[in-house]
Amino acid sequence: MSDVTARPAEGGAAAPARNLVGFLESTGPLIALILLMVIGSLMSDSFLGAENLSNVFTRSAIIGIIAVGATFVITAGGLDLSVGSLSALVAGVTILFLNAAAQALGANWMLIAVGIAFSLLLGAAAGLLNGVMIVKGRVEAFIVTLGAMGIFRSLLTWLADGGSISLDFSLRDAARPIYYGQVFGIAVPILVLLAIAVIGELALRRMRFGRHVAAIGSSRHVARYSAIPVNRVRILTYVIQGVCVAIATVIYVPRLGAATPSTGLMWELEAIAAVIIGGTALSGGFGRIWGTIVGVLILGFIGNILNLTGFVSPYLNGAFQGAIIIIAVLLQRDRLQD
Amino acid sequence: MFDKMKAIVAAGALAIGGWATPSLAADALIGVSIPAATHGWTGGLNYHTKRTIDRMKEAFPNVDFVLATSSSATQQVNDIEDLLARNINALVVLPFESDPLTEPVKAAKAKGVFIATVDRGLAEEGIEDLYVGGDNPQYGTAAAEYFKGKFPDGGKIVVMRGIPTAIDNIRIEAFNEALKDTKIEVLDMQYANWNPDKGFEVMQDYLQRFPEIDGVWAGDDDAALGAIEAIKQADRKNVAVLGGSGMNKVIKLVMDGHDMVDADIFYPPTLIIPAIELVTMKYATQAPINGRYVLGSPLITKDNAAEYYFPDAPY
Repeated sequence: MSDVTARPAEGGAAAPARNLVGFLESTGPLIALILLMVIGSLMSDSFLGAENLSNVFTRSAIIGIIAVGATFVITAGGLDLSVGSLSALVAGVTILFLNAAAQALGANWMLIAVGIAFSLLLGAAAGLLNGVMIVKGRVEAFIVTLGAMGIFRSLLTWLADGGSISLDFSLRDAARPIYYGQVFGIAVPILVLLAIAVIGELALRRMRFGRHVAAIGSSRHVARYSAIPVNRVRILTYVIQGVCVAIATVIYVPRLGAATPSTGLMWELEAIAAVIIGGTALSGGFGRIWGTIVGVLILGFIGNILNLTGFVSPYLNGAFQGAIIIIAVLLQRDRLQD
Repeated sequence: MFDKMKAIVAAGALAIGGWATPSLAADALIGVSIPAATHGWTGGLNYHTKRTIDRMKEAFPNVDFVLATSSSATQQVNDIEDLLARNINALVVLPFESDPLTEPVKAAKAKGVFIATVDRGLAEEGIEDLYVGGDNPQYGTAAAEYFKGKFPDGGKIVVMRGIPTAIDNIRIEAFNEALKDTKIEVLDMQYANWNPDKGFEVMQDYLQRFPEIDGVWAGDDDAALGAIEAIKQADRKNVAVLGGSGMNKVIKLVMDGHDMVDADIFYPPTLIIPAIELVTMKYATQAPINGRYVLGSPLITKDNAAEYYFPDAPY
């Protein structure tokens, strides 16, 4: 993986591509996305319709926001497998909280705002717990978050009696615009994703915190000798991940108004896949948020194209998805492995 | 120091002893093995299983139960072996899949355990003493009949399949068979995994792809709830949504006369209830019990919906 560790210095300084290899490396995921969209538009007339594009962007926003958090964690050399289960748990607990509060105080937008704050707090607390266990408890991130994944989902299943936890009908109308609403003709979840992506990109690439994250991911020991507060930064990446999961959940809940034991199933894998497709190194040391967003869109459009065209048997959907993911990463990696 | 430790150990032993006593005192121990709550229907199954076991224990103190929920067929095989190690007298099993579970259940039978299979049969005939099941082919046929009745002059429908399993295949086959030589046109079928989120996304894409859709068979009530939201968002009118299995939320919609949902197919997780009750009766009152008990999968409409409505169940 020598190419990975060499990249931060090189990529930071030389943004314009000097040759084909460099060009493909920096724009690989984007080329894959454009190719995919060309295929989509050739195969289906409704693919490039405003409504279809809006649908795919909007539903990708949920995984997208989670994946922004995952980019921080992975760039710092960590891993969080608990995000899918955490979103199910945050959704369930927030709905229970809102339902109880609505009976006492009546349903209005103030209550929704309190609910959002509540879920953000919950997400941050869960992230902090993961981070402290990993950094202070010195347990592998894989083990801590694998354990947390089971714990969070079981708690939700237990709270829901194995069924679903539904948002009170009096609250649905108040919360509905968070998923279905539009500002200047653009769906709210897309705007939220955009804002979080811009903040994330700035924090990761332009701020000291982001440079610390990448330095820790390249070499924790060198970072420690360079007086970087390694423990604090690492814990903070998990807190950021927790908050991102909570924001995604806030957008998810109004869509169907319920949390079930199958909420957020496999989201962790989708988020991690999006991060890697986007060009972030799984071993840490280099990350880019815009790539992650492109990765999320690639995943979203694959499913969309399959549903719109039905040109492969539904039995083979998974194979098609797998092939596209590998090709997207091949475009940017393969040429460097010599 | 040692005294303190001894006290703790003694307390622990007492606690374990106390916990184990009921099964020693009972005349019969019934093992129940079902899939864990992986989607709405299995969630309901777990709820009704626990509820029925509690009631039976209360009513018949001389019968005791052990419940094992498994998240895969492989785990269920292990769980059944563990149940056998506890010397159960009877086994109520809802097999994850028929083939892998046949051998372990046969082994239990060979040890003299009374076998009741629920919902899915085993791959070999004559193993179970009692079968309690739903009618999967009828499930598909009922859906087809619904659309035939709804669109006598023909209509365009889309279908969502479930989790790729034998049950899903049986239902879809019966559905296709019943629609042969009719004017109902099935535009496409995609897997929605009996899941509301997937149902939402698949429906969004169907609506983009087909300018004219008269009906959707979502295959399951969870997926139907997702489809309803997608149709609402796209502001499409006159799309009939049919789910299936009898989730209380959807039956409520049918009762209240929802503009998209006017029917549901009965295939409830409550079928575990008669299975557990019948097996309990065998030991509680020495009732001779064996044979087959098949619940139909009739269509639920506004007229009979109240009969199938469990407002307090999670499913």
